[in-house]
Amino acid sequence: MIIASAVFCLGLYNVMTRRNAVAILMGIELILNSANINFIAFNRFNGSMVLDGHVMSVFIIVLAAAEAAVALAIIINLYRNIGSVDVDEARSLRG
Amino acid sequence: MADMVFNSISFLLILSCLGVCMSKNLVHSAVYLFFALFLIAGYYIMLYADFLAAVQVIVYVGGILVLIIFGVMLTNRLEKPSINISSFNQFTAGLLCFFLFSIQCYAIINGSWINIDAGLIENSSKSIGRLILSKHLLPFEIISILLLGVLVGAATIARKKR
Repeated sequence: MIIASAVFCLGLYNVMTRRNAVAILMGIELILNSANINFIAFNRFNGSMVLDGHVMSVFIIVLAAAEAAVALAIIINLYRNIGSVDVDEARSLRG
Repeated sequence: MADMVFNSISFLLILSCLGVCMSKNLVHSAVYLFFALFLIAGYYIMLYADFLAAVQVIVYVGGILVLIIFGVMLTNRLEKPSINISSFNQFTAGLLCFFLFSIQCYAIINGSWINIDAGLIENSSKSIGRLILSKHLLPFEIISILLLGVLVGAATIARKKR
């Protein structure tokens, strides 16, 4: 769990420090993975044979895939519109 | 034996996560992310989650990572490969994350946890399938609708404007 916490914090650090949108996406993947590790570890060590934690992890993986697809579509569109993937430059709401 | 494997996986995982954060080249970051995802799949195997390890390798390494590398390649200008990767607010963010990490470590070490090893789970994919279609049926349906929406939405957003 300490490992999962470290992965979470590194992902958070990545999200907060990077300006490139794709790098922020990588940080988010790390955060979701740390949550997954915790779910599975709790599922193994709570003594029951019910696999609820595994099911939750499957849902998290699906959500991460969906989020990555939408975020990359948005990023590519942003790049096409303003020619950069710097999140500080994406100020305009008009297309 | 298991302890040794666990420790080496943890060490390599922390190392590759640091690599994801620190490396200046985005493609290097993506490769470090690849290693990190593989090591997390190794964790799943150690926690007797064989189905999830397979799903992790297929979905993350085969799907999301390819998407991310596509994104890196599509949005990087070729003449200046190291554009816009500079970091800002590093000190504040590092301090905040270290603070959060120490709070979490304190809570983890001082908390009283149930520690009963459930042991080897046989047929984990079978019981996961049964659980999905019985107890967690509603979230399953909702997430399938979400996936359909994401498919349509991503295609719509990424389409060229006429």
